[in-house]
Amino acid sequence: MSFTQNNERYHRQIILKEFGETAQQKLLHAKVLVIGAGGLGCPALQYLAAAGVGKIGIIDFDVVTISNLHRQILFSTNDIGKQKATTAASKLAEINPKIQIQAYNFQLTNKNTFEIFTNYDIIIDGTDNFATRYLINDACVILNKPLVYGAVLRFEGQVGVFNLMDNETQIKTNYRDLFPEPPNPLNALSCNEAGVIGVLPGIIGTMQATEAIKIITGVGMPLHNKIISYNALQNTFYDFEITPVLNPIETFPQNEMEFLNFNYEWFCHSKANVSSISIIDFEELRINEKITIIDVRERNELPLVNEFDFISIPLNDLPNLLANIPIENKIVVFCKSGNSSLKAVKILNEEQPQLIAYSLTGGLDAWQQFNNKN
Amino acid sequence: MVNMKIKILVFGQLSEIINSSELVLSATNNTDELNKKLFELYPKLEEMKFTMAINKKIIHENTTLNHEDIVALLPPFSGG
Repeated sequence: MSFTQNNERYHRQIILKEFGETAQQKLLHAKVLVIGAGGLGCPALQYLAAAGVGKIGIIDFDVVTISNLHRQILFSTNDIGKQKATTAASKLAEINPKIQIQAYNFQLTNKNTFEIFTNYDIIIDGTDNFATRYLINDACVILNKPLVYGAVLRFEGQVGVFNLMDNETQIKTNYRDLFPEPPNPLNALSCNEAGVIGVLPGIIGTMQATEAIKIITGVGMPLHNKIISYNALQNTFYDFEITPVLNPIETFPQNEMEFLNFNYEWFCHSKANVSSISIIDFEELRINEKITIIDVRERNELPLVNEFDFISIPLNDLPNLLANIPIENKIVVFCKSGNSSLKAVKILNEEQPQLIAYSLTGGLDAWQQFNNKN
Repeated sequence: MVNMKIKILVFGQLSEIINSSELVLSATNNTDELNKKLFELYPKLEEMKFTMAINKKIIHENTTLNHEDIVALLPPFSGG
């Protein structure tokens, strides 16, 4: 395609006097990594691709499910069951065939983060759990990369830019200056449990793309050292100025070696004070002992499990169905990612203190990854 | 003497605990005392993690409060 045709594609933004050819060239040379092709990632990816960001990376290990479709607008009904990262990549290639798109169909862990992050200038966080959010933040701090943060729940969203120096004040803040430590997972809600209105991540994800474009081009004032809270029901914005934590209580990794040795799952889950079991120990236990395995996901939730027997009791029904649980065996509770199972074990501990119950750390996602590797 | 008041704005799940997104309290001297008062009024709040801002600026240490300060409580959430 000729330069003129390319110019025509971006004509309406090139004619903005603040933007022009210079900003467009900066976009074409920029490399942006979007983590999570979900509610936030989909709109962010669409606008970044359409705007002409030269290289876009998409990392997501998950597959499309029907309950994603009300907010994850890159995907259609025919995509159910397909890998999100590759599916998103092919949709983006249709939007803009002139840019380079790289799909990573696996989970971000502290073992692969540095290798991937070094290929990008800006990181966009569209993930759905605290462990990955702290992991992304710490890696960006160590590698000194700007991080565009977004999070949503129900009707409220947050957006901000971390790890970008304000040249006037010489202040640079990050997620740990906003929330030094993760919440107790027993009190934290996920969109799976608490719900989210479909348009909300559309708004926040689009704001994340806007911030990335501003950082790349130098046009406007990025949201650094700030967090904006948006309420869709009131249609109000409230901004917070983030100030650096001078005396951190929690220790966090300061270099690559410490980062590799930091257990983010433990960091976020240990506060629940609930017994957990690792995937390896679970595999050993289910082979060597007669145990009861309980799935607390909603009925019909994917993926299906055929490899072992279990009883299905969705978390919300658990308090009413305690009588269905045999009391003679040890119990392992699992869900998709290991959060709902913590809440379930907490209920079991309170209601049936004689039971020995464990939550499967990392849930089915981690279990599948372990078994794919072995 | 003026009756010192402060306005408190709450976000996310915290508004469920206090049953509103806004409340007005007679002022305490500082944020530690305010937290204590809030935890007495709403015991469930003590289990929650949140960041506190005074007049939109996030604070990390005990800070003096003044008449008509606006205090905001922002909880983390992780949905994407």
